[in-house]
Amino acid sequence: MVRRPSGRSRFEGAIKAILFCAAVVSILTTLAIVFSLLSETIAFFGDVPIGDYLFGTKWTPQFGGDQQSFGVLPLIWGTLYLTGIGLVVAIPVGILSGMYLSEFAPRAVRKVVKPVLELLAGVPTIVFGYFALTFFTPEVLRNALGLGVNQFNALSAGIILGILVVPTIATLVEDAMSAVPASLREGSAGLGANKVQTAIRVVFPAALSGVVAALVLGASRAIGETVIILIAGGQQPRLSLNPYESYQSMAAFIASTARGDIPTGSIEYETIFVVGMTLFLLTLALNIVSIRLVRKYRQVYE
Amino acid sequence: MTGAQIADRAARQAVIPKATGADRAFAGFFRLLMYGAIGVSLLALLTLLYDVARDGVPSLSWDFLTSFPSRIIPESSGIQSALYGTLFLMVVCATIVVPLGIATAIYLEEYADRTKWWNRLVEVNIQNLAAVPSVVYGILGLAFIVRGPLSLGRTVLAGGITLALLVLPVVIIVAREAIRAVPPSIREGSLALGATQWQTIWKQVLPGSIAGIATGVILALSRAIGETAPLLVIGAAVNPRFNPDGLGSAFTALPIQIFTWTQDPNREFVDLAAATIVVMMVLLLLMNSVAIFLRNRYEQKW
Repeated sequence: MVRRPSGRSRFEGAIKAILFCAAVVSILTTLAIVFSLLSETIAFFGDVPIGDYLFGTKWTPQFGGDQQSFGVLPLIWGTLYLTGIGLVVAIPVGILSGMYLSEFAPRAVRKVVKPVLELLAGVPTIVFGYFALTFFTPEVLRNALGLGVNQFNALSAGIILGILVVPTIATLVEDAMSAVPASLREGSAGLGANKVQTAIRVVFPAALSGVVAALVLGASRAIGETVIILIAGGQQPRLSLNPYESYQSMAAFIASTARGDIPTGSIEYETIFVVGMTLFLLTLALNIVSIRLVRKYRQVYE
Repeated sequence: MTGAQIADRAARQAVIPKATGADRAFAGFFRLLMYGAIGVSLLALLTLLYDVARDGVPSLSWDFLTSFPSRIIPESSGIQSALYGTLFLMVVCATIVVPLGIATAIYLEEYADRTKWWNRLVEVNIQNLAAVPSVVYGILGLAFIVRGPLSLGRTVLAGGITLALLVLPVVIIVAREAIRAVPPSIREGSLALGATQWQTIWKQVLPGSIAGIATGVILALSRAIGETAPLLVIGAAVNPRFNPDGLGSAFTALPIQIFTWTQDPNREFVDLAAATIVVMMVLLLLMNSVAIFLRNRYEQKW
């Protein structure tokens, strides 16, 4: 005998439908992001040849006439250069911290170090920007180290950017190394290796895909970070290697340009979106790589 | 030679020589490196707090909290409009993110059939959204919410929606973990007693995971409080001498006020930025204490 759906089961179905609609909002968010980026990006490439944008070495959208140029390379370079300086700090500090927390830290030390990292991760980035501009540049780089840096410079912004991503990297490295089964460590110790040898030669290689995922995610965070660079790194698009000079990143360009009250439909308005699209695609690629890598080590050990 | 002799000889040869002095020296050196890495985070946090307190605490007063910002006179400047703006933004943000985040988490944990492609799409999409740079959410806010389809203007409502979309993935991810921590036996017991699926969720699963969910919401809101880039892009007001009076009002927020003052050439205004940072950090600390209290007081141990 087939029963007709009762009021109760219809209610249950309605609940499920409502919950599904909530879940769809996140899909709609992605679609809205892509839609808003794409429409203005297409309009932009109606005015500027795509080759001039991708391979041009001068970024001067604010100028008029012949001086105006839309080569994005200086912005991409600024972004990668600052991220690179950050990673020089964040990779060793993050990996060593994560390794220490996973393999060595006594419980009492963990109880102090974990909250420190959580606090550091919870500090808004504008505070890091303030710190870089008012303390790290003048008091550490100039006074203590005697470097001839500008008020806005890549070195200060980059190093502080690195400090910002240390908690991200350390936490993920700790997770990855903790996921390595104890039997591998016991086997290594049984063969006479000490704890440091075990950590470096057995656990670390076994956790490598997770470690790389951590680094990729850290890099993606640094690439998308805005206010530290806006405040301490300056706003000068530049293709150079001098860390004492001011640079502009893609995210910093977007924030500083959108602040001005620029009219919808102007070419300057469109530059926000085309640079936004470039940034979005770059971080998306990195995120996909990192998700894949994490899935890989989860599959191996869980 | 008998088999036993062969095995005996092999075992003797396989014994690893005792750790050399060099091995031990390296192990000691490597431990020092790890302490150094942990020290970097600790030092960064302490210096940052010291710098902000040194610059900011002298300017703190009741008048500072209750005055409006001034463009000219630092002494009579305050953050009343920024405090109200942040409060309004958080109310809007929480109103959107709490139901939406929890509903999505319930759907994904309790209803979604993972063999269906659209459910996997929702999951991967949320992971990706969590790593989209915040400045890109600002672009979404500018093109889709402030102008374009929703056309809400540079209002509290537009700012709140933008921040809500930004932190939605955080709420979903933490709420899912909390729901997953409720053991299946609780659900099975409830279903066996004749409860429907929704009754089981409403009466058993949600009460059992509410502490974790609340923690996630507070974490998300404390991230939203400190976000600068998206609000810069959608166009928060600069130094407004009025509080928002509703959802359709212009606004500023604590991080925007910090940003504005940090950019000021007058050093006294820069110190006001530090004072605002102190207020914001105290606010964040209070929220995190509430989260820790909730976790310790109400967390279910199964």
